[in-house]
Amino acid sequence: MSQVVEAPIEVVEPVQDDARDLDRPWVVIVWNDPINLMSYVALVFRKLFGYSEAHATKLMLQVHEEGKAVVSSGTREKAELDVSRLHHHGLWATLRQD
Amino acid sequence: MTRRGISRAHDGSIRVELGPEERLLLASLPLQVEAALESGDPSLRRLFPPAHPDDEAAEEEYRLLVGAGLLDGRRAALQALERTAHADRLAPDELGSWLDALETLRLVLGTQLEVTEETSLAPIDPDDPEAPRLALYHWLSWLQEDVVHALAASLR
Repeated sequence: MSQVVEAPIEVVEPVQDDARDLDRPWVVIVWNDPINLMSYVALVFRKLFGYSEAHATKLMLQVHEEGKAVVSSGTREKAELDVSRLHHHGLWATLRQD
Repeated sequence: MTRRGISRAHDGSIRVELGPEERLLLASLPLQVEAALESGDPSLRRLFPPAHPDDEAAEEEYRLLVGAGLLDGRRAALQALERTAHADRLAPDELGSWLDALETLRLVLGTQLEVTEETSLAPIDPDDPEAPRLALYHWLSWLQEDVVHALAASLR
């Protein structure tokens, strides 16, 4: 795969707006690891999130090929719960605010 | 002839077709890992990955909240595998425990062996001092793949 690299331009940092900051969703990221079986990772996505086989496979392949994938998002509480469910299943998951 | 490994019978029950030596191995592995679960050994790090790698305070809070539950879940699955290692048929929840227990065993063994994505593709060098444990890792992978297929069929 290739990507377009743009020349760096001066970036003006936006002033943080606290109210908007709270609204920004949290995302759950699953990272690639050499131990988990590909079929297992797809099964976990289907079981935990109710994703279709096709969608779960797509996310699994994204983790495998790109090193990580966002698998769910929402409030901080929901994201943290999703991460803990993924950890229960041995997946390497983290959360961060988008 | 019955297929070796785990398969779903026509009536939906789960059949386990393994040799006696394989079952002895399955029954003995959980205890070895269980004994080490709370040791803080570095080979256990993949069992408890960080949720907030860049935020120490949030990570500490997360550990307090879910750490004990993660540990209990792993222990319960390992104990269930130990109990059912000699069964010819498994109930769906028992098969789920097998999946979780095999995951724990592979995560610990895979971390100890420092496996890479190439490990599962490379033939085992018989002169490698780790050859027996690599063979065990491959066998656990084969069995877990079988369990995954049996469970995936039930999701359809």
